[in-house]
Amino acid sequence: MVENKIVIEDLSLSYTDGTESLHEISLNIPVNAISVLFGPAGGGKSSLLRCLNRLNDLADVRTVAGRILLDGVDILDPATDVIALRRRVGMVFARPVVLPLSIRGNLTYGLELAGEKRRSRLDEAAERGLKLAALWDEVKERLDDPAIALSGGQQQRLCLARVLAQQPEVILLDEPTSGLDPISTSKVEGALQELKREYTIVLVPHSVQQAARTADYAAFFLQGGLIEYGVDKELFTHPKKQRTEDYVEGRFG
Amino acid sequence: MKKTFLNRDLIQRLGFSMISLVALFTVVPIVGVMIYIILQGAPAISWEFLTAMPRDGMRAGGIWPAIVGTFYLTVGTAVFSVPLGIAAAIYLSEYASENWLTRTIRIAIISLAGIPSVVYGLFGLGLFVLFLQFGTSILAASLTLSIMTLPVIISASEEALRSVPQAFRTVSISLGGTRWQTIRRIVLPQALPGIITGVILGLERAAGETAPILFTGAAFFLPRLPGSPLDATMALPYHLFVISTQVPEMPFQIQYGTALVLIIFVLGMNLVATVIRSRARAKRQW
Amino acid sequence: MLAREHMEKSKNFREYAITRLIRVSGYSAIVFVALIFFFLLREGIPALAEVDLGTLFSTRWYPIEGLYGILPLITGSLIVTVGAMLVAVPFGIGTAVFMSEIAPRWLREVLKPLVELLGGLPSVVLGFLGILLLSPYLRVLLDLPTGLTALAGAILLGGIAVPTIVSIAEDALDAVPTSYREGAWALGATRWQTIWRVTLPAARSGILTAVMLGIGRTIGETMTVMMVTGNAPVLAVHLNSLFSPVRTMTATIAAEMGEVASGSNHYHVLFFIGMVLFLISLAVNLSAAAIVFRSKKRAERVLS
Ligand SMILES: Nc1ncnc2c1ncn2[C@@H]1O[C@H](COP(=O)(O)OP(=O)(O)O)[C@@H](O)[C@H]1O
Ligand SMILES: [Mg+2]
Repeated sequence: MVENKIVIEDLSLSYTDGTESLHEISLNIPVNAISVLFGPAGGGKSSLLRCLNRLNDLADVRTVAGRILLDGVDILDPATDVIALRRRVGMVFARPVVLPLSIRGNLTYGLELAGEKRRSRLDEAAERGLKLAALWDEVKERLDDPAIALSGGQQQRLCLARVLAQQPEVILLDEPTSGLDPISTSKVEGALQELKREYTIVLVPHSVQQAARTADYAAFFLQGGLIEYGVDKELFTHPKKQRTEDYVEGRFG
Repeated sequence: MKKTFLNRDLIQRLGFSMISLVALFTVVPIVGVMIYIILQGAPAISWEFLTAMPRDGMRAGGIWPAIVGTFYLTVGTAVFSVPLGIAAAIYLSEYASENWLTRTIRIAIISLAGIPSVVYGLFGLGLFVLFLQFGTSILAASLTLSIMTLPVIISASEEALRSVPQAFRTVSISLGGTRWQTIRRIVLPQALPGIITGVILGLERAAGETAPILFTGAAFFLPRLPGSPLDATMALPYHLFVISTQVPEMPFQIQYGTALVLIIFVLGMNLVATVIRSRARAKRQW
Repeated sequence: MLAREHMEKSKNFREYAITRLIRVSGYSAIVFVALIFFFLLREGIPALAEVDLGTLFSTRWYPIEGLYGILPLITGSLIVTVGAMLVAVPFGIGTAVFMSEIAPRWLREVLKPLVELLGGLPSVVLGFLGILLLSPYLRVLLDLPTGLTALAGAILLGGIAVPTIVSIAEDALDAVPTSYREGAWALGATRWQTIWRVTLPAARSGILTAVMLGIGRTIGETMTVMMVTGNAPVLAVHLNSLFSPVRTMTATIAAEMGEVASGSNHYHVLFFIGMVLFLISLAVNLSAAAIVFRSKKRAERVLS
């Protein structure tokens, strides 16, 4: 019996321009595993991720219906403390966006906003985040340099480390390796394999190959609908739906 | 066929020369006048001229009280208009959504920017000097100038804020930042050089204006420096007006000297703004 | 636990207070425009009760005898503005065309700050130069009894409007897509023909805006005109009046407000003139903004 960190029930979402980007999605996200959401562009994967930490509050959303239970509590409830939620559910974006601060400043940003002032705690968190994101050895000597000086791959791992420094419970990653070289990509993927022991991970991969490599659970999205859901690699080896098979085998993109 | 080509070529040459001449006629007087003022004014400028009180009905001595007065007025204007203008810009760039209220605000800003300076003077007289009974004072003049400066500061600051990449805001919010924390820690620091540039350009205008302070705070002549914000003050632009129209037998040199000091004051601010802008552009991380 | 909750509360309150403050500041521009209009009305409207309309719209401005005819002031403002535009439009647009279409890049980088320099000069400095340099020159050149004329004002105000016109017109010309020009060249047009038949027409709404805002600046300009136009409130109906002294609305307020008793008829009439100026500037600036707005809308429609 797997334990579900997040339970999504009949989630529908439409933007103010009228596009319905998610249509009655029901999906479980198990704890301590990598759940992969994949499918062609425009399928609603990013929209779903942004629902999980209420980042969609910033977008032009017209209606959201359904429930998203995080540890049994509905986070779509208007009374939700979204600030606390976003600390529990961290997010890494496709393009690495380092804040215009030092490396250390990026890492401690979230904690400082939360009111943490103790230097030792901040340093501790920064180090932990960097180590988990496999970046510590590369930057430990120059934590006070501007973060922008890092390479693209390092920046993306810094973004991951920045989320990890907050000790979230869930990590959302939206095509985190889409702009990275193969070496950086495998570093990130390796880090994720380590991380899933402690965290719940939701990953939107940038390719079917990456989906197949990383998935403990996989969900195939097409035009706002959840087409098929499967455990382990079964979606990639024995898809049940024709459209899943067509996509996995590269017959459409 | 050949002839028309020749014609076309000739017309183009004539046209280009004409336009170039027009541009030349625009720019040459500017340069000429600047050089002329510098040549005429420079001999007047001395330590005494800058730091002494005027004597002999302002026909001798220095312009110290006018310099100090313009400084006070500029600082006074900044005190009111900078916080208000930046806050208004933050509202427009970070909080306002596109609705009728926001459009009304924008129309109001455009309107403020176009109101003649002498009308600001009337308004300051009506509201600050008479109604609120601040009298003809630095306070009343500064408040009047601040409202005049406000649209410049708001527009420039809003532009600076909007040029900060949206992604920074998204990331900060996703890390658990509130809207204000995001503004305070990321957006404002990044927009700061642009904001400072806008502020200086606004204050530069205020420093050079005469009409708004004519009936709100400017004094023809004061034997001593103003002692409080409720005192009237001399000011460089008004002083130049006075000595070039109201005082008979005024030595040219003092007039040109005063004009030169005023220009240096105003254009110096402009130069600072330009330097800040280009420095910040060079250093920018995005 | 309690302390932590307390901290959260106080932080929330701070955030709430700051947001409020920012919001209120955002509305301030509306408040100020309303306040300005209110005070102009409050002090200006009594003029209509105290001075009968026939007098107000007569041709004699002689406050000492209770003659408050504002027509000479209006025509004074008009003639100076028209004259200024006759100077500023050709020179402003010509310079903008030169900078954006003809000059090499380096020259443009030199010219731009020079034109901005003119825009940054305090108007009192221009007035000062007008008195000492321009008007004596005009007097000799044109053999006039005095050089302090509408013409002197028009030339200097033209100079004041030029930077406004140049910078906005240049932006408008720059905004014309290069493909338009290349299209015309491909059809065999010379660069000169392209400027006239393609670039300028394509930028016309921006150029119109530039001229409008130039007019706005000119009508509102005070110190320069007060210093150089000779301050004679006579009706100016011919272009010939350019060569004689006039008195604008702005100069009248600036010259006389300092000496009137507050609450007197004269005081109210000056505020009334201020109100007229306010309304003119509002009309000019808002229509300029409307032109920009409409052409932006059009561009969006074309592009989408
Ligand atoms: N902020 C937004 N406003 C309007 N429509 C949006 C917004 N974000 C995404 N969409 C639309 O929602 C649909 C799903 O997009 P997205 O969630 O980004 O899919 P994916 O990540 O699978 O490519 C698309 O049709 C997209 O155009
Ligand atoms: Mg996406």
